[in-house]
Amino acid sequence: MSNQPQDVRELVSSRGPYSAGFVTDIATDTVAPGLSEDTIRMISARKKEPQWLLDWRLKAYARWLKMTEPKWAQVHYPPIDYQAISYYSTPKGLRDRPKSLDEVDPKLLETYKKLGIPLKEQEMLAGVAVDVVFDSVSVATTFKAKLKEAGVIFCPISEAVHDHPELVQKYLGSVVPQGDNFYAALNSAVFTDGSFVYIPKGVRCPMELSTYFRINERNTGQFERTLIIAEENSHVSYLEGCTAPQRDENQLHAAVVELVALEGAQIKYSTVQNWYPGDENGKGGIYNFVTKRGDCRGARSKISWTQVETGSAITWKYPSCILRGDDSVGEFYSVALTHHRQQADTGTKMIHIGKRTKSTIVSKGISAGHGQQSYRGLVRVLASAENARNHTQCDSLLIGDQCGAHTFPYTEVRNPSAHLEHEATTSKIGEDQLFYARSRGISEEDAVSMIVSGFCKQVFKELPMEFAVEAQKLLAVSLEGAVG
Amino acid sequence: MLEIKNLHAEVEGKKILNGISLSLKAGEVHAVMGPNGSGKSTLSNVLAGREDYSVTSGSVSYAGKDLLAMTPEARACEGVFLGFQYPVEIPGVSNLYFLRTALNARRKYQNQPEIDAVDFMAWIRHRVSQVKMEMPMLQRGVNEGFSGGEKKRNEILQMLVLEPRLAILDETDSGLDIDALKTVADGINALRSPERATLMVTHYQRLLDYVKPDYVHVLAGGRIVKSGGPELALALEEKGYGWL
Repeated sequence: MSNQPQDVRELVSSRGPYSAGFVTDIATDTVAPGLSEDTIRMISARKKEPQWLLDWRLKAYARWLKMTEPKWAQVHYPPIDYQAISYYSTPKGLRDRPKSLDEVDPKLLETYKKLGIPLKEQEMLAGVAVDVVFDSVSVATTFKAKLKEAGVIFCPISEAVHDHPELVQKYLGSVVPQGDNFYAALNSAVFTDGSFVYIPKGVRCPMELSTYFRINERNTGQFERTLIIAEENSHVSYLEGCTAPQRDENQLHAAVVELVALEGAQIKYSTVQNWYPGDENGKGGIYNFVTKRGDCRGARSKISWTQVETGSAITWKYPSCILRGDDSVGEFYSVALTHHRQQADTGTKMIHIGKRTKSTIVSKGISAGHGQQSYRGLVRVLASAENARNHTQCDSLLIGDQCGAHTFPYTEVRNPSAHLEHEATTSKIGEDQLFYARSRGISEEDAVSMIVSGFCKQVFKELPMEFAVEAQKLLAVSLEGAVG
Repeated sequence: MLEIKNLHAEVEGKKILNGISLSLKAGEVHAVMGPNGSGKSTLSNVLAGREDYSVTSGSVSYAGKDLLAMTPEARACEGVFLGFQYPVEIPGVSNLYFLRTALNARRKYQNQPEIDAVDFMAWIRHRVSQVKMEMPMLQRGVNEGFSGGEKKRNEILQMLVLEPRLAILDETDSGLDIDALKTVADGINALRSPERATLMVTHYQRLLDYVKPDYVHVLAGGRIVKSGGPELALALEEKGYGWL
């Protein structure tokens, strides 16, 4: 590792920052591990970024160097060596990819099968090199034409940097500032790709936008950056994540998602996260340290987060809403499941600034095996927020007696007209419920997944239909072996 | 159909059943009565396969098979039904979904095709009116917010839907007003047939006014201390359990 900076410097100097020869079919898809200014210059050069973005990255890096990792979350893991991570990597090079599904881990395929994922999709998820014969190309084309007609921009953020620099420059970091937190600063310095969405004034996006359709960017890497801007009175629903385990040799996944809703705009952001959770004994798995925040900048705007988190060894994420516009609305619906040795510390922040702002929080935590889970939520009502309203409900369901559920609700209220409600319950999946279902002929495993689905119903109904079905299947698969 | 031989069972190390022998033939209705703590509910639960109870000796054969060797779900799929004394709530899982899943689990077990949502609605509709329930109730979570009487009627509905060969009803009549009791009794009678058998566990004679048993057994101290015809229940009603 000692000679690593030279390697990067060599790369940068030999290719030059804007060298056209530096294309992706180069032999290595992963640069040597390590993080320095040179690494960032190299990433920026590879992406042929404008100077302002490089400067922005370097500024973030300088701030990151002065920051320390947050330790307040209820999660435990060995120290991360940030110099041991490779910061530019597409998970698998073309030549390393499996040529067909026969070469893919059968265990993985078994899971896909249970989820009912079509074969072509399975190939894509498993990283099979199908680019040339990919069926959905035509789908993607019609879909792009339709969006273009509506004036919607939906592209990789790296592309937006070149094609819509004024929008990116205006909004990037305007919701999650570079120095917001340790991981957001790191992401700002080294982000590789992600989605960019722009919905023009008064436009209702004609379809659900999904990262899945962005076929050429399926390997967005570990530091994604997503930016969604909804202009006045526009409307968009965005779906993120795939519903199958992704194998990833990298351990740290630190994404940033920024949403901006202007006057009367509505953004619905749904996530089904199922990164590799590690094995039964807690070996391997993704550290999912993500910063997601939405800014209800305009009056009567609305941002709604719905998440189903079943994967990752450790989840640290708090999708939040800044309710700046008067009468703006923030929602957070969450199902988080921890099984085996998984840990999750997740929740939300609702910051009430505008008058008559309203927020709803519904959090459903399920712990099985040795899973540990915390709900951490902040409701802050500023002095300016006359007649703010919040309703918080967090329910925990325990399966077995080795797991744990914890709730950390924080409230800060600076305006006496605020009205806050908080409900919390913890229950164990009852032997009585299980026996009742089994005595009707339903197998133990089906009974567990049925009871858990019922517990999550309030959140699932917020998901787009296809997602809700997949989320339910995913819970069932993730809970396999949780009882008996 | 059901042959219980010298059954001993305990829960948390405490002996509850101390050698029960009982034989039910197809087409018969048996009533098991007895004071509190005599082992009535334990007997029902052991037959349905509840795991908190351990059988220490004895055997139970059902339709020629070793019942005790089967999981609770296998017993159900083989046609055994337990009507619960205290039916549990399963929030968020609709009664309709629960029932269809149960019915299909059994159909699958018997290598029959699964019943789809449309056919299922036809299957269930008149059964729902049979127990005087309303369809909207069934869209609610399983027993969620149901009154005591509604829960019991829901048990009978489940029984009518699943059409068991052997129904074990654990104090299904307790806590019911007279109208609900009649409804429940009608449901039980509707399933009476030469191929089926029913084991009714009850405290009171009054259910037996509506469902005429072929045999009445009195359970005390985990043993059957007396068996007889319907007249035995009347005697119990009059004299209590003390004289036995």
